[in-house]
Amino acid sequence: MVKLNPLTWWRRFLRLPNESRMKTLLIALFVALGSAVAVSVTAVTLKPLQQANMERQRQAKMETMLATLPGMADLLRAANGDFLETVIVDLRSARIALNMDPGVYDFRAAMSDPQSSTPLARDIDSAGLGNLPYFMPVYILRRNDALALVVLPVYGSGYQSTIHAYLALRGDLNTVAALQIYEQGETPGLGARIADPQWQALWPGREIADHDGIIRLSVASGGATNQFEVDGITGATRSTTGVTKLVQFWLGDHGFGPFLSRLKAGEI
Amino acid sequence: MIDLFQRAVFEENLALSFFLGICTFLAVSKRVDTALGLGLALIVVQTITVPVNHLIVVLLLNEGAWGWAGLPDIDLGFLKLISFIGVIAAMVQVLEIVLERFFPALHRALGIYLPLITVNCAILGASLFMAERQYNLTESAVYGFGSGVGWALAITAFAAIRERLKYSDIPAGLQGLGMAFIVTGLMAMGFSAFAGVQIP
Amino acid sequence: MINGWKNTRLLLAPIIDNNPITLQILGICSALAVTTSLATALTMSAALMAVLASSNILISAIRHHLPTSIRLIIQITIIATLVIVADQFLMAFAFEMSQRLSIFVGLIVTNCLVMGRAEGFAMRNPVWPSLLDGLSNGLGYSAVLLLVGSIRELLGTGKLLGFDVLPTMEAGGWFQPLELMLLAPGAFFILGLLVWVIRALRPEQAEIPEFSPRTSDLAGPHD
Repeated sequence: MVKLNPLTWWRRFLRLPNESRMKTLLIALFVALGSAVAVSVTAVTLKPLQQANMERQRQAKMETMLATLPGMADLLRAANGDFLETVIVDLRSARIALNMDPGVYDFRAAMSDPQSSTPLARDIDSAGLGNLPYFMPVYILRRNDALALVVLPVYGSGYQSTIHAYLALRGDLNTVAALQIYEQGETPGLGARIADPQWQALWPGREIADHDGIIRLSVASGGATNQFEVDGITGATRSTTGVTKLVQFWLGDHGFGPFLSRLKAGEI
Repeated sequence: MIDLFQRAVFEENLALSFFLGICTFLAVSKRVDTALGLGLALIVVQTITVPVNHLIVVLLLNEGAWGWAGLPDIDLGFLKLISFIGVIAAMVQVLEIVLERFFPALHRALGIYLPLITVNCAILGASLFMAERQYNLTESAVYGFGSGVGWALAITAFAAIRERLKYSDIPAGLQGLGMAFIVTGLMAMGFSAFAGVQIP
Repeated sequence: MINGWKNTRLLLAPIIDNNPITLQILGICSALAVTTSLATALTMSAALMAVLASSNILISAIRHHLPTSIRLIIQITIIATLVIVADQFLMAFAFEMSQRLSIFVGLIVTNCLVMGRAEGFAMRNPVWPSLLDGLSNGLGYSAVLLLVGSIRELLGTGKLLGFDVLPTMEAGGWFQPLELMLLAPGAFFILGLLVWVIRALRPEQAEIPEFSPRTSDLAGPHD
């Protein structure tokens, strides 16, 4: 009686001559199976760890970027969000461009690259940009899936330089959380005072648009008279007008306006 | 595209900037004709395998690639390495059969070098770079061709130098391998002079 | 004990006498690209030693049953599996390091050293000597890698493992970093000089020149 013993089969298999077809096939099969199991088990078990690592790295990169601006770090902390993401917005379609990598896209380079930007007609170009990049990054901080903070990189012509700033909006997308001017070359002592922390501290809490949806956020030449206005700086009219124009442009229809509407409507 | 090609040939030369395929580079570069033959074979294999590997990554291995079958969560990225090797080995085998059938003279000239290409780090390296940098299909083809041309250029130039080098009086300790490394270093410096060249 | 001494010699042989890179010209590919810093060189060495030892053990264990027709492909499969597993571990437990090593851990598959030892030693020897052989070749390889890595990092940035060792001029010191060390040519030069040093210490490893001038013909002008 032949014992149907798996051990016997195993020993018979091992005793087969190496070159026999059966053995070749079985060896190939065993090795393939063994490798597949080893690799799959490793990959599946370690995947959560790897994804956590990637997420942590992405967060860290964004946080270092935003934390270089003095006010932003506190703002991020104050907004108490739990999930920060950078998205690249296609300004023409007001959608997120999914195929672009936020980690490498540089809108500063796109500003002057004719391949990545479009010239603006004089009557639209209220902020004196010249060219408008096709894509701009937007930083969205969420808390429990609701919007906590949206940070928009904005820029425009001042009196004698291009003013670069981050405009942070609160979750309702109609209130300013902060304006952080991080680059400007205006007249020292006069126009350059737009970069003073004291003046920038006047911006949080200002509202952007009224009930009709018309953007009223601006710098008043004298003092602010309502919730949409910020006090002006004496002797810095041209610079502060530049700030008004750039803020209104980017919040308007040719800037982030359509994207912000969709964000507010929850479409994104 | 031209910029990508130029960079693959000079600034990011697989042999001289990333040290890929150096084993074969040093071993086969004693004569210009063998070096040239190996280089040409490598260009062909490279130009075919990089785009094919790209298709495999995009259609089979990436996360979401199986969405059409109703399994969008499957991410087989960890199989990249072994599938690339499989494709490269298969391509080299096919190339060998084709050459034997239609270009027997060339096949005889290349001889042993064709199977050697299978384990050449440069071929696998180019595919891995393509996957890491997420090139699209056209970019993969251009990169495959360009990196092959770069490697072939490097090995042929090196062989030309080495043919002359054997007549030089070199200290005993530097003879052969040592001098080869130093000459390769000088060549690497030469090729890196093209860094920063941007063709619009 | 004879056995112990023999095994020790087996372990130490590949480090200088039979160093894989300098004498056997094996496995240089991945060696140089990751030597821009000592930390990456260390991780790479550890990964390669793990893969080399494991592949030697596995291949030696099944060596009697491998059909010749599929021998090479089985070896490649086993090595590739081990490399993938090693890569996955790195990505999970040392993410930043794995990013710096980029594709070079994956390239261990085509590393001539691993394949060379598998075919050349593990196929003909029992498991324990194969393990020793794998470890010792790995040590020899690591020695060169770590040496080149430390030289490049030290001379290229003045730091070692990220810690300042030589005060750079930027920080008010005297050391001007040699940026060439961080680029590809620097590694080639270091390796060439290293080979020279080793062959000066072990003249029997030096290669015989292919062509020597016939000095008899140089015996001065004839009148």
